[in-house]
Amino acid sequence: MSNTRMIELIGVQKSFGTLQVLKDISLTVDKGAVVALIGPSGSGKSTLLRSINLLTVPNSGYIRVGDHAMDFSSTQTLPRDRDLAAFRARTGMVFQGFNLFPHMTVEQNVMEGPVTVLGTPKAEARELALALLAKVGLADKAGMRPDSLSGGQKQRVAIARALAMKPDVMLFDEATSALDPELVGEVLAVIRSLAAEGMTMLLVTHEMAFARDVADRVVFMRDGCVVEEGDARQVIEQPSHPATQAFLSHFHNGLA
Amino acid sequence: MQYQWDFGFLLQYKALIGVGVLYTIGFTIATAVSGLVVGCLVALLRLSHLRAATWVVTAFIEVFRCTPVLVQLVWCYYALPMLTGLELTPATAAFLTLTLYGASFYGEIIRGGIISVDLGQWDAGRALGMRRSQLMRRVVLPQALRRMVPPLVNQTVLQLKNTSLLSVLAVPDLLYQGQLITSASYRPLETYTMIAVIYFAILFPLTRLAHRLEARPGH
Ligand SMILES: Nc1ncnc2c1ncn2[C@@H]1O[C@H](COP(=O)(O)OP(=O)(O)O)[C@@H](O)[C@H]1O
Ligand SMILES: [Mg+2]
Repeated sequence: MSNTRMIELIGVQKSFGTLQVLKDISLTVDKGAVVALIGPSGSGKSTLLRSINLLTVPNSGYIRVGDHAMDFSSTQTLPRDRDLAAFRARTGMVFQGFNLFPHMTVEQNVMEGPVTVLGTPKAEARELALALLAKVGLADKAGMRPDSLSGGQKQRVAIARALAMKPDVMLFDEATSALDPELVGEVLAVIRSLAAEGMTMLLVTHEMAFARDVADRVVFMRDGCVVEEGDARQVIEQPSHPATQAFLSHFHNGLA
Repeated sequence: MQYQWDFGFLLQYKALIGVGVLYTIGFTIATAVSGLVVGCLVALLRLSHLRAATWVVTAFIEVFRCTPVLVQLVWCYYALPMLTGLELTPATAAFLTLTLYGASFYGEIIRGGIISVDLGQWDAGRALGMRRSQLMRRVVLPQALRRMVPPLVNQTVLQLKNTSLLSVLAVPDLLYQGQLITSASYRPLETYTMIAVIYFAILFPLTRLAHRLEARPGH
């Protein structure tokens, strides 16, 4: 177990009923690295991402994030609620649909993790929330309700909410797919700045130009398997596997 | 024949009527509270992944939803003691029945409210590292409650109406007191009219409240 590896998956498998969605996936993400996960719809990208913070509990395999590891290869029993919660607290996750808490203000959304999960005093959590909102460019929206924000603003609040837990890694599941095209840029800019700060990130995306420019590595998945993996520019511009080539050919007009 | 209305005589029974009102409201509040507590348990058990618990609780709900309260009351008071040897006072039998009857409906309302909360909210709370209880308390219940309150108030209106059935066990609720007054005064028309008016005066504000809560936009 190397300290330079922040995420380590070995032989992760997941089935829903008889449908095998993840077939023996092994993957590592170095500390501070940005890895883009690409692949056709239904290939298991979301399931893989959700397995990394145990929102989906795999059937077998080994998962480590930072200092927290879980081994599913021997145990049949589900991990306990407390252990799952402690594990998840170390990873931040951003969803396609934002999933902000509608009954709380923007600021309360960002404070929620620290206050409820970490027991941070309210005043301290508020200070942190305001700093993070400023960082994503939304300091003036602190007192608003999420439903009064645009999609791009909602997603930036969701990023601030995840960052408030000071996670070891950030997971993004198609963070810009639900946005109007003109709002995609503001969210990608925030992700880009996190990359520049050295945050370890794994992101599922259909923004190939962004993946090529911001990610260090690209992982291409199909039918629950990692088909090709390598340097971001290399995989996107000169994919070696025919399936990767076929998949990327749909995007090439967008790759300036 | 022209009937001579005369409500004046009812004044002499005002203590009796007061007791009736107290019993009716008291039983409603008591069984609404106990019904809600048991209902919460019922909802949580039905939402749990414990197969046996889900099965038992579902059977319980269906039994209470698919038989009349009056039958449940009578069964609990006359039949249950024969089965268990446990003598119940009319008030205890009434409390027990209305609690369980209320719980079977409250439980379904609570469960419905909880499952109406978007799964993305559960994901978001879990992803922050919340434990089940925190997720419920901070994320799910605050959103579910808004949707649950109007049907819960409606169910409580029904619960209050159902307390009139307690009169068959000689629990001195409003209707039972009315029956006493009638047999003493031979004036059922005024007496039962007054009883109806009192029920109406209690329930009308409640149904208005439920209506107002339902009409609130955005939830
Ligand atoms: N909770 C679930 N229950 C059943 N099937 C699921 C569930 N989640 C995902 N799947 C199935 O797993 C497959 C992969 O889904 P997903 O991981 O969402 O793919 P992707 O994100 O790459 O589009 C799909 O066929 C999907 O229908
Ligand atoms: Mg997906």
